[in-house]
Amino acid sequence: MKTVTRIEAAARKPSAPSGYRARIVRFLRECWADRLSYLFLAPFLLSFICFIIVPVALAMLLSLTSFNGFEFPRFIGVSNFIYMFTQDVVFMKHTIPNTLKFAIIVGPGGYILSFVLAWLIHQLPRSIRDYFSLAVYAPSIMATSVALTMVWTAAFSGDSVGYLNNILLSLGLIESPQLWLQDPKYLMTFMIIVTLWTNMGVGFLAMLGGLQTVNTELYEAGRIDGIKNSLQEVYYITIPSMKPQMLFSAVMAIVSAIKAGSISSGLSGMAITPQYAGHVINNHIYDYAFLRYEWGYASALSVVLLLMSYAIMRLSYKLFGTKEDE
Amino acid sequence: MLLTFRRKFRFPRMMLFVFLAAVGIFMLLPIIFLVNNAFKPLNEMFLFPPRIFVQNPTMYNFEQMFLHSSAGVVPFSRYLFNSAVIATITTLAVIVVSTMAGYVLSKHRFHFKALIMGTVMIALMFTPETVSIPRYLIVSGLGLKDSYLAHVLPFLASPVAVFLMKQFIDQIPNSLIEAAKLDGAPDMYIFLRIIIPLTSPAVATAGIITFQIVYMDVEASSLYMTKETMKTLSYYAEAMTQNIPGVAQISIAAAIGLLMFVPNLIIFLIFQRKMIQTMLHSGVK
Repeated sequence: MKTVTRIEAAARKPSAPSGYRARIVRFLRECWADRLSYLFLAPFLLSFICFIIVPVALAMLLSLTSFNGFEFPRFIGVSNFIYMFTQDVVFMKHTIPNTLKFAIIVGPGGYILSFVLAWLIHQLPRSIRDYFSLAVYAPSIMATSVALTMVWTAAFSGDSVGYLNNILLSLGLIESPQLWLQDPKYLMTFMIIVTLWTNMGVGFLAMLGGLQTVNTELYEAGRIDGIKNSLQEVYYITIPSMKPQMLFSAVMAIVSAIKAGSISSGLSGMAITPQYAGHVINNHIYDYAFLRYEWGYASALSVVLLLMSYAIMRLSYKLFGTKEDE
Repeated sequence: MLLTFRRKFRFPRMMLFVFLAAVGIFMLLPIIFLVNNAFKPLNEMFLFPPRIFVQNPTMYNFEQMFLHSSAGVVPFSRYLFNSAVIATITTLAVIVVSTMAGYVLSKHRFHFKALIMGTVMIALMFTPETVSIPRYLIVSGLGLKDSYLAHVLPFLASPVAVFLMKQFIDQIPNSLIEAAKLDGAPDMYIFLRIIIPLTSPAVATAGIITFQIVYMDVEASSLYMTKETMKTLSYYAEAMTQNIPGVAQISIAAAIGLLMFVPNLIIFLIFQRKMIQTMLHSGVK
């Protein structure tokens, strides 16, 4: 036995380098055989690397430097992060609590709201469903800053010509017009309301689509198995059957929550909101990037934002991810 | 049995309808306001008590918009032209690029496929706003500033479009492609004649999503463009609402707000059904 293995080993030894070479040659040949696939993928991949992968990597590199946009970045290690968590008073006192409050209500809240609306609309007859889904989706089309600023500043304007003030005044609920969008007390509430209003985007449509994929026979089977009300039906049948769509729209909810962050300046009309009332991490990044030109520190903030959203995405995969065998 | 079932469910369904109609009207309020506002004469905009609906519709706001911009350095039509060209080219380019990538990722087998797909999945949550500084450095490093390419290229890679496309192509049966291969059809023929016609809903969806993003984008104009002639309508709209003081601002903002909204609405109305059809396959597994 021993001799055989030794002979085999001896036989293999000289051929080992050529084995590697053969493997590399085979690998290259396979790549060449798949050249059409790579060709098809090339435009996407090139722009993907150029404008998504490299910027993220660059942001991570810049976060370790001190960089003002003019001089060459100077490496300073993790001092940006240390400063962020120990000395940046605004960040710890306003940005973090505001961001958490905003994200927790707008993210999961908006997500649940869009599921409930999609589910209710799905109960309607097919012929009129489209009108309702259009009505729910339409505000998200107009979520451009111009229309947004115009509509909401008119609706919540601080004088008695504002719609909300006018309604509340005529109902006698308030005695004098309130500065809804400039008053630190109310700004956050209005940011959340407006975001929920205008954020029923792609995630909502995905849920509508998901509801259509649920096998209707399952509902009958469920009824036989003792499901009593629609709430149980949703929990035991609908949601498990449309897990993949739930996951997709969870990811979309994260994206829109990140994007919606800059709404505070649109509503209040100021880059930095009064008393930092609506100051979320997007405003903090904007502040350091385009008002103070501390690009190193701004990049560190973006890295924190990216890591946070990545963590939330992992969490939603945990909640809604399907196992291989399902 | 059926009768009792019906009787039991008729009332809640009516309630549901009324409730959803109320929700729908509530959701549409800003849009109703936007449309009415664009046609209000100035005195109605400052009316007390405020009214949503316009009494004497006029085109005054639109005239004001054209007048103001024709007096400026760059005529209004230039911004409109830029926006139209950029939105059209980018949307078409994203559709082509994403369909090609989606097809390969769905139906071909090659090295790195799992790696690429994994990266795309993570990139689904990517928002350009978070890395605007590095993107600016790259655009200026590549010497793309003040060119149409800087409007188009950064939007070319759209993980969401590729993902939707790949999921949609996944459900086209392999046997169809194999049959075509047996008949001696080259890959290019399969792509153009089989895949493209079958994926039209996903193409429409990717198109809508991209168009909305590009048409409303302000970042490219404000960061990558120094020449006024290279900026887009959305940038003009934003500058307009921020820089002109007083009454003219409100008048122009009303007109331009509607102008920014209408193309998106029309495109969505045309392709709404296809969009939901695509979403049937949008699941992340």
